[in-house]
Amino acid sequence: MTDVSASILTTADGKPLKAALAASQARARRKAFMLVAPLFLFVVITFVIPIGQMLFQSVYNDTFSATAPALRQWFDENPPGTEPDEAAYAALVSDLRLMREERSAGAAGTRINYDISGTRSMFTGMARKADKLEPPYKEAVLAEDKKWDNPDVWRAMRSASSPFTIDFYLAALDMTRDETGSIVGVKEGQAVYKMLFGRTLFLSALITVMCMALAFPIAHMLATLPMAKSNLLMILVLLPFWTSLLVRTTSWMVLLQSQGVVNDFLVWAGIVGDDGRIQMMYNQIGTVVAMTHILLPFMVLPLYSVMRTIPPSYVRAARSLGATSWTAFRRIYLPQTLPGIGAGALLVFILAVGYYITPALVGGADGQLISNLIAFHMQKSLNWSLAAALAALLLGGILILYWLYDRLVGIDNMKLG
Amino acid sequence: MKKMLILSTALVATGFAASAQEVVVVSWGGAYEASQVEAYNKPFTEKTGIKVTMVAADNPASPLKAQVEAGNVTADVFDIEVSDAIRLCDEGALVEIDPAILPPAPDGTPAIDDFVDGALRDCAVANIVWGTVIAYDTTKFPNGQPMTAADFFDLEGFPGKRGLPKNAKRTLYLALIADGVPAAEIYDVLGTDEGVARAFAKLDTIKDSVVWWEAGAQPPQLLADGEVTMSTVYNGRIFDAIVAEGKPFDIVWDGQYMDLDMFAIPKNSPNPEAAMEYLKFATDTERLAGQASYISYGPARKSSAALVGKYKDGVTDMAPHMPTNPENMQNAVLDDPEFWADHDVELNELFNAWLAG
Repeated sequence: MTDVSASILTTADGKPLKAALAASQARARRKAFMLVAPLFLFVVITFVIPIGQMLFQSVYNDTFSATAPALRQWFDENPPGTEPDEAAYAALVSDLRLMREERSAGAAGTRINYDISGTRSMFTGMARKADKLEPPYKEAVLAEDKKWDNPDVWRAMRSASSPFTIDFYLAALDMTRDETGSIVGVKEGQAVYKMLFGRTLFLSALITVMCMALAFPIAHMLATLPMAKSNLLMILVLLPFWTSLLVRTTSWMVLLQSQGVVNDFLVWAGIVGDDGRIQMMYNQIGTVVAMTHILLPFMVLPLYSVMRTIPPSYVRAARSLGATSWTAFRRIYLPQTLPGIGAGALLVFILAVGYYITPALVGGADGQLISNLIAFHMQKSLNWSLAAALAALLLGGILILYWLYDRLVGIDNMKLG
Repeated sequence: MKKMLILSTALVATGFAASAQEVVVVSWGGAYEASQVEAYNKPFTEKTGIKVTMVAADNPASPLKAQVEAGNVTADVFDIEVSDAIRLCDEGALVEIDPAILPPAPDGTPAIDDFVDGALRDCAVANIVWGTVIAYDTTKFPNGQPMTAADFFDLEGFPGKRGLPKNAKRTLYLALIADGVPAAEIYDVLGTDEGVARAFAKLDTIKDSVVWWEAGAQPPQLLADGEVTMSTVYNGRIFDAIVAEGKPFDIVWDGQYMDLDMFAIPKNSPNPEAAMEYLKFATDTERLAGQASYISYGPARKSSAALVGKYKDGVTDMAPHMPTNPENMQNAVLDDPEFWADHDVELNELFNAWLAG
């Protein structure tokens, strides 16, 4: 008979070797975790939680539902399409009294006003009178303000009585709900977001292509010149990179505006007349020019770092074997720069898609990007739920593009520096 | 060591004093802020010893909402527009202000009768009446100057770019006035779909020639750069450019948009008592009249009008430059905060779509 205990290896102090190994590995893992814990906590607290909270607002808005418990109950008990009866109006009045007490009628009205314009004052006005209303409430409310009869208002209240909603995503995609509650496109003349998403993607792609066309020769020159000269050139690439974004943007304004340096020169040289000054600022041209310049270093640097590692002997070998200079470039040099092109393009494109300050300053009307509308809803209209929905769609779109890039080019093929 | 201890104690002491004896006021920057520093802040600090710090914002209502929402209010007094004051008050973000605590006029008239209509709200007290007006560069139109809002839309008679603010509120009314709608009927027309379409149709006629501005300090700059020949502008800012800086600009008062600016105190501000003292002090008869020596905004108290004298240069009479001057008010649109509380969202959506399209 074999002794079972003898077959288990033990350490000097008699513990089984397997357990001792696991314990020491766990200790090492704990140590490693402790080392990254500060960074991990920092990222969670300053990045994941706030952004998560913000994105949560795109599907969750309780400004109406939190102050309308009675209406919420009535909507739960009665199916959609029920004519609002005396009980419904009694619930409405009780909620309005609550809103009056908590000073929340304005916020609740604002939520309904997102769906139906002109309804905010119905809430604030009626909440002011709510204490004086006597039953029967339906007649009392309608005697004060006939607009409460509008079925659209009741449908909007039903929809807002649940804090979870996809209405903000519908609005962000230029859609709304019609009388029956089914999803339809908004009226012509109101649609703006889909067009802006399209424009943002188009302009970002254009800027990426322009950066690529400009950066490729620069990076090649930097990589092939002797060290002393290339260092000097490198400074010229980095200097604008270190200059404040606002300074660079306003410099372009000085150069390109219709009374600016470029136009003054063209007029002086007699190329255009004084009344024929070219509009290069406060439109798409301004946005594209300024953003191409600002994002150029993000294309030059990854390209440069890849090109420097390409041995010149490969191209020379190709030439010595009879390839023309074009063939040598296309078949030998270009494929080796792909990791740099991929990294630069992805970097520039993703930065361009979310760019805000430059288009805001130089974009005028038709050079605005979707980020400017997100800022508008954050700062001006204060409809944070819609801003969150727009931002989530932008984020989702970029993730899809990233995934496509990974499938087509492969993310491992990327070289950032 | 001992020296360091003294130094650090001193630092702590001054830090403590600063936080206890300071009012942070968020206002609109530029010449307007400068006038408030001269007329309100300096005499206030002189009288009470409480330091006043100014912070500039494009629209102080935005940081106010953000600070209240985040539960971290860092300023005590905000200078905001009426519609924002009403909305933020409805949302419970502001401290209620009892008009009875405001100082009466010098002749004893209680504050509630002394302020102009609409100047006292549940949570805010108006300090000035201001106008959005059309201003133009006189050197650009040697063969006759623009006289009316319609001239603003006449690109042939008055060539050059136009400056307009990038929002619905201060563009649509101007289009309607220029299209022949009387000032008194603006909101009736703007409340209908046809009226809105009419305003946008009028704006379409100059859309390609508009430079859009966002901050009040921009239009005087755009005019000075020659980037636009005509722009709407806050009347105090352009007065500053004309009188203080001697720029060759002039004002078209036809179709001016009259607005009130108000002081409000957010809930949970760092120094609520000092803030209330500041608010009471800044909106008394003398101070409101005093501000008019620095910028051409009309005082919100009737009793201040008689005290309004000359500009700080000692030569320029202020009365003709006031938006409240009867001659300047002949075709003036009065701000309707209730209308904008209801329609701001919808009209700005339409405006954004129109602008982007």
